[in-house]
Amino acid sequence: MSDAALLEPAIAAPARHGRMLRQVAGRVASGLVVLWAAVTLGFVSLQLAPGDIVSLLIGEQPRTPAVEAAIRAEWGLGDPVAVQYLRYLWRVLHGDFGRSYILQTDVSGLIASQIWPTAKLTAAALGVAIVFAVLSAVTTAGRSWARRVAGSVELVLASTPSFWLGIVLLFVFSFTLKLLPVAGDRTLSALVLPALSLGLALGAVVGQVLREGLERALEEPFALTVRSWGTTGLVLRVRHGLRHAALPAVTLTGWLVGHLLSGAVITEQVFGRPGLGRVTVEAVLGQDLPVVLAVAILSAAVFVVTSTAVDILSLLLDPRLRRDRS
Amino acid sequence: MLVDIHNLIIGFDGTEVVRGLDLTIQRGEIVALVGESGSGKSVTARSLVGLAGPGARVTADRFIIDGADVTRFRERDWRALRGRKIGFVLQDALVSLDPLRRIGQQLADASRGRASRAEGAALLASVGMRDAERRLVQYPHQLSGGLRQRALIATAIAQDPALVIADEPTTALDATVQKQILDLLRQRRRAGQTLLLISHDLAIVADLADRVLVMRDGEVVEHGPTAHILSAPAHPYTRRLLDAIPSPRSRGTQLTTGQRLLPKRIDPLHVVLEARHLVKRYGRDQVAAVDDVSFTLAAGEALGIVGESGSGKTTVARIVLGLVEPDDGRVELAGQPWSALSEPERRLHRAGIQFIAQDALSSFDPRYDVGRIVGETLDAVGVFGAARRRRVLEVLDAVRLGPSFLDRHPRELSGGQRQRVAIARAFAPRPRLLVADEPVSALDVSIQAQILDLLAELQATSGTSLLFISHDLGVVQHLTDRVLVMKEGRVVESGEVGSVLARPRHPYTQALLEALPSLPARVRQPDPVLERSAS
Repeated sequence: MSDAALLEPAIAAPARHGRMLRQVAGRVASGLVVLWAAVTLGFVSLQLAPGDIVSLLIGEQPRTPAVEAAIRAEWGLGDPVAVQYLRYLWRVLHGDFGRSYILQTDVSGLIASQIWPTAKLTAAALGVAIVFAVLSAVTTAGRSWARRVAGSVELVLASTPSFWLGIVLLFVFSFTLKLLPVAGDRTLSALVLPALSLGLALGAVVGQVLREGLERALEEPFALTVRSWGTTGLVLRVRHGLRHAALPAVTLTGWLVGHLLSGAVITEQVFGRPGLGRVTVEAVLGQDLPVVLAVAILSAAVFVVTSTAVDILSLLLDPRLRRDRS
Repeated sequence: MLVDIHNLIIGFDGTEVVRGLDLTIQRGEIVALVGESGSGKSVTARSLVGLAGPGARVTADRFIIDGADVTRFRERDWRALRGRKIGFVLQDALVSLDPLRRIGQQLADASRGRASRAEGAALLASVGMRDAERRLVQYPHQLSGGLRQRALIATAIAQDPALVIADEPTTALDATVQKQILDLLRQRRRAGQTLLLISHDLAIVADLADRVLVMRDGEVVEHGPTAHILSAPAHPYTRRLLDAIPSPRSRGTQLTTGQRLLPKRIDPLHVVLEARHLVKRYGRDQVAAVDDVSFTLAAGEALGIVGESGSGKTTVARIVLGLVEPDDGRVELAGQPWSALSEPERRLHRAGIQFIAQDALSSFDPRYDVGRIVGETLDAVGVFGAARRRRVLEVLDAVRLGPSFLDRHPRELSGGQRQRVAIARAFAPRPRLLVADEPVSALDVSIQAQILDLLAELQATSGTSLLFISHDLGVVQHLTDRVLVMKEGRVVESGEVGSVLARPRHPYTQALLEALPSLPARVRQPDPVLERSAS
């Protein structure tokens, strides 16, 4: 039998993998450029800010010749700006964010000690959000009754401020039922309530998008094909539908991770947890510029990492995106 | 008896879409269900696997599949039947296979995890796919239309079902690919497999099915052995479906009424469009999508460009429309430069050249009503206010749509009505040249016949030249005066339609002609009922 279609240019699988690796490398490279731009912007804003750098860095502390000399030495203020810039880049590259003259400590050490509780909290909240969104979408999509109930619950969760949700959770589970600790960060159980209060709102929003995508996928012709194989509804939803629905949900989650970080500031206050949130608030209020700068660069890094992760996840999810756009 | 259905009724929200249908299928038989969209044929087929749709009420006096009474089936029983006893093939495998999963994974899914890699490859080989090992790791979008359809068929037969239902399995495919798929189904028939074929086109089922049921508005209007139905159709609707199929015999007559078409006024001395040595290359490898294509189009003439997907015919249309710049060669309109102009210069003349797309719906702004959609092309010729309204009503009337359509929105129109609106829009500014790219390939045969008649009539009365692009040789030979046959960017044959198709010289043209489904000759009876109901 003649088969003209077989004569079309063959695309071998290995070439595809190479192409995808190239795409991933491209995204990582452009992420690094964004990061460099963020660091540079920090440096430039320091240079352009009114007043001299020394008083900016000292903040409201008393200005002593000793401190001033230390700052001059650290930033090399006698050198040309270009040299200062390169030195600054070099230091940031090595994780050295300078010294906080207000807190009398190294910024890197300070952030390193505070980043872990925050990372734990946001990761747990993200986990809560994903589990909630997937469960809610998969079990209720396309079911008129259940989806209405789930939709209302999600609306309430998404519109409740996380501090209020936190207080309610504390009241119920800690003060009344005495199941979980009130504050602190010593045990894993102390993480449960903060993660819930931070993650549920995110999960509610993502769940809505996921359900909508899932319902759209279930109405596609391929869903009929899959069902005609005798596949169960659950398998159709999880194995086929979820992947289609995941694309917009992943993009949205990537954007919302930023919110998660700013939400962590409040949640850490409510639950009396250590973390980056408190450090940031105190640094901004006390005009502790070295700390603020470091946090800014760190958030830029988080943004770059999540958006790169979203891009790579999208490529993994949808093979149709792995094509050259030439 | 594999399937035995008596008095099947399917309803949605109180409306019955299938009424009193009787259907029996013997083992080893090919039965075809034919009718236009909305006739209830697809939902009937889906009810055989318990997938008539959410909210469907399916009742029957007798509904037996392979000895089991399915009227008592629960979802669980249906799941056991699907795939195992009945395999289901839908049209357009690009959307009917999961685009995010590899072919091999889907074969494993379809066999409920039982097919190993080797068995998957064997399945693909059994539907005529060479290189099966490589195809297993590919995704649907990496396959051509024909290979995708084969892969879809492979998933349907993965559990070796007793019956395969194919719902419009070739509708989205080019002629030669369609023939390959029909050949594949024929092979399965020789192997003693049972098939229920659903189509809107009697020509497709002609030399495949043993028996045909013709459906209209939820009822079977005629049934019997295929040869009998095709040679001596009893019901006027069956005759209409047969008449709707364009053929060499239908040239010069209306498909819907059989009456002679108005004579065209072709002025061979007045060249409206001239394309000289057009070349367009794409991509990193600079593959020529269009390679040295030249033609002329006279006033009032219809020129057909026929070829399969990837032959470059759509690129030619875009170059003629001035939407794509040729890398080499030029286009002239009425002796004046066209492709050489800059876009602002071209815009002054754009009203004289209009376009009809395959998918009318996506060529409309969904927020516009019909009056605004049709009137918009009159911006360019400066017709506004009362004069615009008059012209819009005039062209709507010409495409048999009354004033009541003025404030309808695209979504509220049927496929045929949408294409009528697109035609009205194109004719509104009285263009000298009309470019139509596959304007009927998404339509049912019966709707296609109405649209082709309309195009022929409007072209004759207005004297507009027509560049008609299609993958369907039957449509091209019915409508156009001259034809270009394109393959891989080149014109392989051209000339007057009658002589090219009577004596095709290039093997590709011969292959295209061969792929056309042929109908047996039939005694044409004059039919007064037909004339009245053909609207």
